[in-house]
Amino acid sequence: MRYEAPQDVEAAVRILAAEQGAYVLAGGTDLLVKLRSEMVEPEVVVDIKRIAGMKAITAEDGGWRIGAAVSGAEMGEHAGLVADWPGVVEAAGLIGSTQVQGRATLTGNLCNASPAADSVPAMVAAGAVARVVGPQGTRDVDVIDIPKGPGKTTLAAGEFIASVFLPARGARSGDAYLRFIPRTEMDIAVVGCGISLSLDAEGRVTAARVALGAVGPKVILVEAAAAAIKRRVLDEATLSDLAEACSAAATPIEDKRGTVDFRRHVAGVLARRAAVIAEARAKGEKA
Amino acid sequence: MALDDTKKVKDFKVVGTRPNRPDGIDKVTGRARFGADMVAPGMLTGRILRSPHAHARILRIDTSKAEALPGVKAVVTRADFGDVPDHVADVIDNCMAGDKALYDGHAVAAIAATSAAVARKALKLIEVEYEVLPHVTDVDAAMRPGAPVLHEGAQQETVPEGYSGNVISRVEFGHGDIEAGLAKADRVVERTYRTGATHQGYIEPHACLATMSADGQGDLWVCTQGHYMVRNVCAAILGLEQGQLRVTASEIGGGFGGKTVVFLEPVALMLAKKSGRPVKMVMSRSEVLRATGPTASTSIDVRIGMKKDGRITAAFAELRYQGGAYPGSPVDMGSMSAFAPYDLENVKTVGWDVVTNRPKAAAYRAPGAPMAAFAVESAIDELAKGFGLDPLAVRLMNGAKEGTRASYGPTYPAIGLMATLEAAHTHPHWTAPLGENQGRGVACGFWFNFGGDTCVSLNVTPDGTVTVSEGNPDIGGSRASMTMMAAEELGIPYDQVRTIIADTGSLGQNEVTDGSRVTFAVGLATIEAARAAKREMCRRAAMIWGIDEEAVEWEDGAARPAGPNAGKFPPMTIKEIAAVASNTGGPIAGHHEVTAEGAGVSFGTHMVDVEVDPDTGATKILRYTVFQDAGRAVHPAYVEGQFQGGAVQGIGWALNEEYIYGEDGILQNAGFLDYRIPVASDLPMIDTVILEIPNPGHPYGVRGVGETPIVPPLAAVANAVSAAAGVRMTQLPMSPPRVLAAIQAAKG
Repeated sequence: MRYEAPQDVEAAVRILAAEQGAYVLAGGTDLLVKLRSEMVEPEVVVDIKRIAGMKAITAEDGGWRIGAAVSGAEMGEHAGLVADWPGVVEAAGLIGSTQVQGRATLTGNLCNASPAADSVPAMVAAGAVARVVGPQGTRDVDVIDIPKGPGKTTLAAGEFIASVFLPARGARSGDAYLRFIPRTEMDIAVVGCGISLSLDAEGRVTAARVALGAVGPKVILVEAAAAAIKRRVLDEATLSDLAEACSAAATPIEDKRGTVDFRRHVAGVLARRAAVIAEARAKGEKA
Repeated sequence: MALDDTKKVKDFKVVGTRPNRPDGIDKVTGRARFGADMVAPGMLTGRILRSPHAHARILRIDTSKAEALPGVKAVVTRADFGDVPDHVADVIDNCMAGDKALYDGHAVAAIAATSAAVARKALKLIEVEYEVLPHVTDVDAAMRPGAPVLHEGAQQETVPEGYSGNVISRVEFGHGDIEAGLAKADRVVERTYRTGATHQGYIEPHACLATMSADGQGDLWVCTQGHYMVRNVCAAILGLEQGQLRVTASEIGGGFGGKTVVFLEPVALMLAKKSGRPVKMVMSRSEVLRATGPTASTSIDVRIGMKKDGRITAAFAELRYQGGAYPGSPVDMGSMSAFAPYDLENVKTVGWDVVTNRPKAAAYRAPGAPMAAFAVESAIDELAKGFGLDPLAVRLMNGAKEGTRASYGPTYPAIGLMATLEAAHTHPHWTAPLGENQGRGVACGFWFNFGGDTCVSLNVTPDGTVTVSEGNPDIGGSRASMTMMAAEELGIPYDQVRTIIADTGSLGQNEVTDGSRVTFAVGLATIEAARAAKREMCRRAAMIWGIDEEAVEWEDGAARPAGPNAGKFPPMTIKEIAAVASNTGGPIAGHHEVTAEGAGVSFGTHMVDVEVDPDTGATKILRYTVFQDAGRAVHPAYVEGQFQGGAVQGIGWALNEEYIYGEDGILQNAGFLDYRIPVASDLPMIDTVILEIPNPGHPYGVRGVGETPIVPPLAAVANAVSAAAGVRMTQLPMSPPRVLAAIQAAKG
């Protein structure tokens, strides 16, 4: 196994495109675990941390561009990012332990393509866009289109994600992410739910995106849930409709982590609770 | 050796204090050497090939391609071991499968190679031809006639006709007339309870380093709870004389009973023998979970009758424990301990030992008792609440005390159950207010405790400091405790004594670190060894002074003339006596060798508050208090640590921990991600109350404390969750999906 640390995107792409068994190393919190448990045997590990921009959080068009090697801890310490997208930051912050937070990245979480990835429903709710670089040049791809299924992405050979862009946060808007785990930390989502919404002056929902994790082979954007709350205030009836739409949209499997009934039910419970938090944030209340 | 009544609590100078542990600095700086930390010149890496099937006949193993791979120095299969004595036949079969692979992860071959990469490659070159057989992993399914049978002809004559061959034996305990007692009850609760199989969850995986010289001398460095056991078992399997195999125990990162047996060790020695090189083997976490010794899963029926004033009229339990692929589940201990906290006129337990296609169960902290207590304490809770009675008052009314005939036979001497119940009843926790969706549970627990073969050597160095050599790996702070007892007895400061764990060549036989025996039995032997050294030092002083030995006594670290008639000599300190030892007969030492008896049973009562989220079924532990009798707490901080650790392991067992097998008989959660032990943020600080009812069998009154604390929590948490959720939970773990389903079913 070789270790390479290219200084620019072109060099990284060259190695990744040339070798079959090449793996990208950013935080390494998934790759090293897979190495140690002998799930993968890479020919070459390509460390992208030395490439310019990979460790940067940059203001762009009113939003934020987050480099592929920015850790969860760094996101949590960025006041501007936390103010605009607290749900995305919290979702990334749920990954692993304090130690893991010093390494784990948003992009790595996305590329690992686990259906249970915490940051992915939050990014999808936020309308995040991934910047993909590769032998054919650069392309921007909606985050929801990156995962293909468990452990699989739509990235082509030689491609990797250089950054994730979170768009401008409008007025009276807020986001939130909640997951269900049997413990309080160091766990994997049994169900995850990210919500981003905007309100009008009367507190009615003007725009919303609702995404579910761990209840399908990949993240699910629940358009029926967004439709159920649009132009309504988030009262009990609205929240019940939201919960029902999410439970209906969930397509979970039954496995060691939970039953189908449990996951469907909890998808609704989390959507309801996340919506309340997002609403409070949109109103400028602490939540 | 009985309680020394002349020694009152106020007299203790060292015992009862909280000095720093002598192994502490090495452990917090990373210098301590654990199983995987040892290296040897020319060392090879050993790896094991494991069965991917739950039950399969091994038709053929072809290792020729692996042997031909450059860097491979030895390949071992069961054929290398030949015939072994009967008492280790199951042991070697578990370490290296014979005719059949009996569970997912069962070892079928092993390799020693010059690197891990070569070993990994070589494992893939071993060809094993299996005939896959039907399997069974559930205890009730395994008992039914027609179930796939693991071992033909293993059933003992205690089992009546009509049971599957997987039912190995039946035990029965109790006295009185159950049916007559139940007829007197105002209400009888009859329920079936189930518990999942849990693993001890020690953080350090099994590891060892083996060497075997051409002349048949072996050395083994190993992480174990008992290196004398490792020596004896490995010597029997490899056909060595015990004296030719020296075993040294590494530091140990947890065991909880799971390291009282061997897994890698005979294989590592065989690889070392065949290769002529040192061989190191270290298990991965997945190997630990798949192929070491978790505890039994159980299915238990309970019938208890109660008068409306709370008096129990009769109590019956039928316990079915699957102990994995070989006989020896802890159902006997479960059957004996189930009703041990109660003074009952009519009591009976029947236990069934059942084999299944799972890894063989090893001991896990009070083996067998927590599951039985879960069932019994849940039923008592339900009865008490049904009558509107205070569940602690019901236990105080029925609790065992001195003179009670225990359900498993003996009559209790002085015991501490009532003291724990009274302490619980008057504790502020018991009357603290509870909020919405919150519930409180209590439960009692019992453990036998054990003594066993013990050998301690205490040496006085020429400068008058002291070394104690003991033969039990230090898991829970026992070096500190031995040091304290030696210092107490000799009347010298704690820092003048150092205790080491000696290898098997240095002391006589020592039982493994089990049965909460070490502070009791090794402590007893340490005190006696110190007394022997004191007698010798008094003799030396008498010789110097020219008076009778009987005229010298030991006090505050010095020999003194006993009374005015003995002569007027200034006291001689241990340092002064040691300095001239070469002139008075040579080195000074004390020894003690004993099969320790009188361990003294131990009781505890636990109290827990939980909150259940009615929308997700998730349980949060809000507050937890342990009340337990320690006899005498030598180092109270370690006693508290044992109480807290037992409670936490019990909480994990109650809420989330469980071996999950698929339809294919393959373990689904062989890792700490999906085998969920509690993490720190899941828990409040566990409060502790130490009661001290001295054990009449120990000179300072010490009782073992390590195992009792895992007995009550399963039931205490279940009683609390049941109260909070408004529905009786009878199956562990009470994972969120299970609790939510129960809440929704109760709503209709």
